[in-house]
Amino acid sequence: MREQIEGSQAVARTVAACRPQVVCAYPISPQTHIVETLSRLVMSQQLGGCEYLNVDSEFAAMSAAIGASAAGARTYTATASQGLLYMVEAVYNASGLGLPIVMTVANRAIGAPINIWNDHSDAMSQRDSGWIQMYAEDNQHAVDLHVMAYRLAEEVSLPVMVCMDGFILTHAVEEVDLPEQTQVDAFLPPFEPRQILDPDDPVSIGAMVGPEAFLEVRYLAHQRQMQALETIPRIAAEFAAATGRQRDGLVTPYRLEDADVAVVALGSVLGTLKDAVDALRVRGVNAGVLGITSFRPFPLAAVRAALGSVGRIVVLEKTLAVGIGGVLSSNIRTAMADTGTPTTTVIAGLGGRPILQASLEQMIVDAHRGRSADLSFLDLNTGLVERELARTRASRRSGPAAENMLRDAMADAVPESGARG
Amino acid sequence: MFQTRIHGRGGQGVVTAAELLSVAAFDAGHHAQAFPSFGSERTGAPVVAYCRIADTPIRSREPIVAPDALIVQDVTLLRQIDVVAGLRAGGVVLLNSTRYVDVGPDCAVTAIPATEIAVRHIGRPVPNVALLGGFVALTGMVSLAGLDQAIGERFGGALADGNRAAARAAYDAVRQRQAIGQHQGEGVHA
Repeated sequence: MREQIEGSQAVARTVAACRPQVVCAYPISPQTHIVETLSRLVMSQQLGGCEYLNVDSEFAAMSAAIGASAAGARTYTATASQGLLYMVEAVYNASGLGLPIVMTVANRAIGAPINIWNDHSDAMSQRDSGWIQMYAEDNQHAVDLHVMAYRLAEEVSLPVMVCMDGFILTHAVEEVDLPEQTQVDAFLPPFEPRQILDPDDPVSIGAMVGPEAFLEVRYLAHQRQMQALETIPRIAAEFAAATGRQRDGLVTPYRLEDADVAVVALGSVLGTLKDAVDALRVRGVNAGVLGITSFRPFPLAAVRAALGSVGRIVVLEKTLAVGIGGVLSSNIRTAMADTGTPTTTVIAGLGGRPILQASLEQMIVDAHRGRSADLSFLDLNTGLVERELARTRASRRSGPAAENMLRDAMADAVPESGARG
Repeated sequence: MFQTRIHGRGGQGVVTAAELLSVAAFDAGHHAQAFPSFGSERTGAPVVAYCRIADTPIRSREPIVAPDALIVQDVTLLRQIDVVAGLRAGGVVLLNSTRYVDVGPDCAVTAIPATEIAVRHIGRPVPNVALLGGFVALTGMVSLAGLDQAIGERFGGALADGNRAAARAAYDAVRQRQAIGQHQGEGVHA
């Protein structure tokens, strides 16, 4: 049913429609509305047959999720930012054990400096954790990905992280067609675990594996993700048949057929990017967009097919790999290694910095003219950086950089003249 | 596309106002998007929320930088931040104020005492829904009946009734002024 609904509420209700048997989560902004709503749905018995576990930390949340999933329960959790970092050891265990947990990451920056706003640093830190990672473009996509995530996780016996931009999506109220319970039930069969902790048929899960088989266990984990590259488009096609909503699964190309410049990105910025591309095409700049939905496994072949004919690639990233630049860029360069297509990286939107359409248009025009640096930072306030650098040159004890720069930024933000009247 | 930016302070229902407006627009068959720019929810801190209304699906995620309309729930913000930044020429500005305040050239300012209206009808100084009533009268973006329905979807019982009455009072006050042909730049006394 179509509703005007907050992203978090839509996701919580969709997760509930997937009939999880255990939900365990520790609240953290901007994930809070999701787990609050789920706890209310469990309390009011609108989500029956489900135990909601209040845990004392994110580490406990993921540990409990591991136990629940190993006991054969369909399991859900959600987190963000420092919460994801706090559960990392268990995150690796969940994937290493092959447990099909679904976790929403309401993407948020990680500190220091502490920042509660959106970027992709949190999920990107877990790109090699063995979890499948899907990124939502809007709240409809987020909702659809959660239903597909359970199907995928349970089919390939791997956990799936559904990443949605914190605040930008979680707190946005927009139109979402919520899947009907009957649709979800028809699409998502009951969880049939490949391994289960059952007192009547005891097994141990989580053996210590030495050099004799560790490589092979890890190899198999990789193979399962490679297998998911084929499973994801199939599940997306079945989802489309069940709901009428077309989903590409791995990547989403937009106006790439005749594009001279392609911008590659993840998540909610894709919407603004498409508006920018449409505006530029009116002005004669042939640009296109490639949205990456499945970041892990990384769809090398699909990326190559989508970007094969473009002249230049700009990879727009909401994360900064300090010391090299981009994360997604490295993956795109791997995909395009044989083509020699010039590829540049633009870091944008860190810590909730708004990504403006006008800035994106300028970025694309610059790329079109071949004027992009290998690595650049969208709307970087160089004055703020220069002033701090000047302080560090002027005095050994220049003090904490973040506090200094924040003070300057706030002084700059005071309006030039007050209101009259 | 009609873009509205709402300024206020934490606790004044800024985010709720943007959401209600988007729900009323959706109910009327439009596409709508509401989102906040706040993060650390602190009572009294400046908060901004946005609402886009369009007849085609809305893809943009950028904050509204060139609004068609502004709602200012606390006029003391005018001294603190550049509230009118980017406002389109001739844009609508609705202030929660007992008197007219000049916020800059080339905009149509209306002031309504929304806090007083809210206290009278809801018993609490939460001006958001009263301002929406005035906004509906000024812009016609949604109908008062549509706003009533959105209020009913959000609140229950006496709170819904009170908010509806506050919206109606502000709506009537603005309409009365319009009927007797008072120019922009006038305060409205309800």
